[in-house]
Amino acid sequence: MSTPSRFWREIPQRYRLEANKCKRCGYISFPPRLICPQCQNREFKETKLADKGKILTFTVIRVPPQQFVDQAPYAVGIVELDDGVKLTGQIVDCDFENLKIGQKVKIEFRKIFDAGEAGILCYGYKFVPE
Amino acid sequence: MREVAVIGVGMTKWGELWEKSLRNIFVETALLALDDAGVDKIDSMYVGSMSSGLFVGQEHIASLLADYLGQVPVPSARVETACASGGLALRLGFMEVASGMSDVVLVSGIEKMTDVSGYEATYALGTAADQEYEGYHGITFPGLYALMARAHMEKYGTTREQLALVAVKNHLNGSKNPLAQYPFEITVDSVLNSVMVADPLRVLDCSPITDGAAAVILCPVEMARKMKKPIVKITGSGHATDSISLSSRKDITWIEATYQAGKRAYAMANKKPEDIDILEVHDCFTIAEICVIEALGIVEKGKGGKAVEDEVTYLEGKIPVNTSGGLKAKGHPVGATGVAQVIEIVKQLRGEAGKRQVKNPKVGMAQNMGGSGGSTVVHIFEKE
Ligand SMILES: [Zn+2]
Repeated sequence: MSTPSRFWREIPQRYRLEANKCKRCGYISFPPRLICPQCQNREFKETKLADKGKILTFTVIRVPPQQFVDQAPYAVGIVELDDGVKLTGQIVDCDFENLKIGQKVKIEFRKIFDAGEAGILCYGYKFVPE
Repeated sequence: MREVAVIGVGMTKWGELWEKSLRNIFVETALLALDDAGVDKIDSMYVGSMSSGLFVGQEHIASLLADYLGQVPVPSARVETACASGGLALRLGFMEVASGMSDVVLVSGIEKMTDVSGYEATYALGTAADQEYEGYHGITFPGLYALMARAHMEKYGTTREQLALVAVKNHLNGSKNPLAQYPFEITVDSVLNSVMVADPLRVLDCSPITDGAAAVILCPVEMARKMKKPIVKITGSGHATDSISLSSRKDITWIEATYQAGKRAYAMANKKPEDIDILEVHDCFTIAEICVIEALGIVEKGKGGKAVEDEVTYLEGKIPVNTSGGLKAKGHPVGATGVAQVIEIVKQLRGEAGKRQVKNPKVGMAQNMGGSGGSTVVHIFEKE
């Protein structure tokens, strides 16, 4: 089982969508990086991800990992946010049959799963169709 | 650089081998390769293994396996790039012989996957994805490939039936491979009616959990000629990386690392896609084979589904793909897969592939991929 530090050090990203933007080419890194993968520049300014976007692709997980067993079936998609960043996450509060590529979604803060018997609750972003 | 030949291959029947341990499976397989090459001593060895730590709770297997093969103190290294570990082991062995550092090198791959529960195996495989930004959100490997499949269907009109045909073709080939885990035929209907795992992928779109190993022996071509061995040369080797997280890629339907590794292997061997007579690719899921033959330039972008529907990639087609049965029917002991692909190409080039023998192939290619495409290793082989 993981120690709590593994979860809390990701909080700026998972709770507040903190990213960084390359001062030279504008590439947005999420999570933040120390060197730009596009132009190898090392100077960034802090930014936050857009909170809306559209579904690029999606699936419905029927055979889940162990810590997601009580949630299955659930939808997971890749969403392109309005700032161009692409994120993987669950799509919730929807009928699977009505999900479509191109559909508009917004980001909401939700519980993701319980980490084992110690009961750490793991939070983060999920997508909700608008 | 010296020219390098594959002079021995070894593989035993793959499956759920409950009665055999990791070390037993390895030694049986490696001995077959040594016998095939006609040698009993090696100068060095490589072992591709994705996760012996999570699957059998044993790290440090490079030395363990060198010991049980009776070869200590030879140098032995374990190599890991998720499901491409075996392919990368071959590349390192090739480089070692080509450079003149060693003459006789054993290259192997192994995974013993059934010593843990299904959940634990799923977890181990899941570590090939980005654990913090993919796994954290409940995505699985079938899920990641399902995301690619849905995007490919939307963008190019690839059909559910075309995906199923990849599995049907590979099982048809696998039914002619006695070492395959599932050597039997399946139908489009059976694929379309199998259990849904991650829409649109069903269980018969997925490669299985397998115990198995594969081993080959490499040496300089000069030495192989003196030994009067049938010679299959490694003439091209390419390796490339990409983000392991699928969402970071520019195009979710395109496997750039495979394109890049392929480009390097083609350039080194001075070959083009149309020169390839037989091809083993990493069909961990049906959609993967479609994306990979596009990225290798075997078919145009977006035409991978059509290629299997038109039977271009069947055994009798213009470019037979996965004559061994692929990962789908042969099985997918993760670290062993990249080495087993080489064995199929060598058997085909030697004319030893039995009922699935392609007529007189001269040039073969093997493509081995890690995760959802975060790494790829490609090799080109030619008969002397
Ligand atoms: Zn930049």
